[in-house]
Amino acid sequence: MLNPSGMAATPGTIKKQNQFSVVLRRLSKNSSAMIGLIVVIILVLMAIFAPLIAPYPYDKQNLLNTRKPPSAEHIMGTDELGRDIFSRIVYGSRYSLSIGFLAVLFSNLIGMTLGALAGYFGGITDDIIMRLIDIIQSIPGILLAIAISVVLGPGFINTLIALGFGAITMACRLMRASVLGIRHQEFLEAAVSNNASTFRIITRHVVPNSFAPVLVGATMSIGNVIMSAAMLSFIGLGIQPPTPEWGAMISGGRALIRSCPWMVTFPGIFIMLTVLAFNMLGDGLRDALDPKLKK
Amino acid sequence: MTANLNSFLEIKDLVVEYTSEGSVIHAVNGVSFSLERGKTFGLVGETGAGKTSIAKAILRILPDPPAKIKNGQIFLEGEDLLKIDEKNMRKIRGRKISMIFQDPMTALNPIMKVGKQIEEVIKLHNTISSKQAREEAGKMLELVGIPGERFNDYPHQFSGGMKQRVIIAMALACNPELLLADEPTTALDVTIQAQVLEMINKLKQELGTSMIMISHNLGVVADICDDLAVVYAGEVVEMGSKAAIFDRAAHPYTTGLFAAVPTLEEEKDRLAPISGLPPDPSNLPLGCHFYPRCPIAGEECKLGKIPLIEIEAGHFCRCIKIAAMES
Repeated sequence: MLNPSGMAATPGTIKKQNQFSVVLRRLSKNSSAMIGLIVVIILVLMAIFAPLIAPYPYDKQNLLNTRKPPSAEHIMGTDELGRDIFSRIVYGSRYSLSIGFLAVLFSNLIGMTLGALAGYFGGITDDIIMRLIDIIQSIPGILLAIAISVVLGPGFINTLIALGFGAITMACRLMRASVLGIRHQEFLEAAVSNNASTFRIITRHVVPNSFAPVLVGATMSIGNVIMSAAMLSFIGLGIQPPTPEWGAMISGGRALIRSCPWMVTFPGIFIMLTVLAFNMLGDGLRDALDPKLKK
Repeated sequence: MTANLNSFLEIKDLVVEYTSEGSVIHAVNGVSFSLERGKTFGLVGETGAGKTSIAKAILRILPDPPAKIKNGQIFLEGEDLLKIDEKNMRKIRGRKISMIFQDPMTALNPIMKVGKQIEEVIKLHNTISSKQAREEAGKMLELVGIPGERFNDYPHQFSGGMKQRVIIAMALACNPELLLADEPTTALDVTIQAQVLEMINKLKQELGTSMIMISHNLGVVADICDDLAVVYAGEVVEMGSKAAIFDRAAHPYTTGLFAAVPTLEEEKDRLAPISGLPPDPSNLPLGCHFYPRCPIAGEECKLGKIPLIEIEAGHFCRCIKIAAMES
């Protein structure tokens, strides 16, 4: 007590660590989550520095050098117009990742808001919101995405909306369940008795305390959304060629799957890797955010 | 029970009901009492007697539904709190009246730094800069005996007693005129209880706060209150000054409570409990709510509603038998 600097140094060094670093440390002990995280980071870096990594422009055609198998010059071969598949995959990560992130961000913002309102207010608000969610959820996700994307037409933003819409339901349900878990805790009552406004209570007390499961759900759904985006491009909706979207690349190569398998294999591997990485990261995050779940 | 216009807080005929799956639970049935400025009023009773419902009714934070204030008036400095609109009520919450909650483990937001939580309360009521609010919050922490360098710690880094101190600091942060302490020491062990009580007492005197102390512990009430009311099944069964009730307890329930407390003077193998259980609040007995457990009950106790009778100046008792004996 007499030595304030000593006080701060001894118990302080053990205690002064924020939630974020605690979660990060727990995450770092989970090897599969770390592999997922590293793959995700590599993919993100690849998307950001695409012009530096890709050996050729993604749309540079070379009609003298079409459908070539992997070689030293084109490590993943070339497609039917002689474009370098590796360069196209590198650029394609920009579209796949940004659709994944943005669609999940969009759907989770809406879903979290609805879920928090439903869980906090309960009663008629809860009934209306949850019945709406039930209606959305009663339509199979893929069918809903196809329907919306047909109505809105192809394009980046429209694909985003088509894919994000179905994911609202999960974010909303997770948020609501999580809010219900803390709804009757005394600190919320204390906040009311201290004259905090409802908006303040929801944004400062309810949402931050219910956020963890939603974050895990969001990470997992990035993988799903990327897969659905590829699926939409594959059936000709969503992002259109010549944009090097991975699903569109598979779609373009599917007629030649027997003679030139590299045209579909490499984009396929990247889709698989990305989805796997996000799911592994999500699993790890779930364990790190809720240590009680660990065996 | 004449209306005392000078009193700081005056509660008249408060009735609170909860509806649960079709049945009505009579939690508070016509409670009246008054509190003078700077004094401490104790509400004593068993679990489920309606003490907390009374406190929450004063702040108007009862969860509605299922709870409903059916009847009554709550005057704070002559103004009926049950009649003013929500906007004005919000000016009163935290600023004029604040509450200390029962369980320190859940009454703090687990993911917010404790200093921030106090700071937030201060900012909600005063138009001051964040920096000033932070300084104020730091002062409040020091006031309840927590070193200022723990401002940035999270609730899980504190022990139960320290958390309760933080909660008290939050409740006192805006210098409320009335403090509702809902069993502030129940969740703490005995030595910490004594510390916290002593601190509440000291702060109350320093800041001149009036207080309603809710407890089921007679010792706590004896320590801290000026007047008290014994609550049973949502009714005040006995009310008076601390001296009147501790020295001359009249109602059979109150005497039963005192008989159940071990004393240091006597050697006793067994304590004398009050037989039976409190009545089901959705199905209260007619007449006196206590007669099924009362050692002196007679047929006349089952008949009508028993009034609160003044058996000596300022000492009220809800029992016709005792009143008959006294007169």
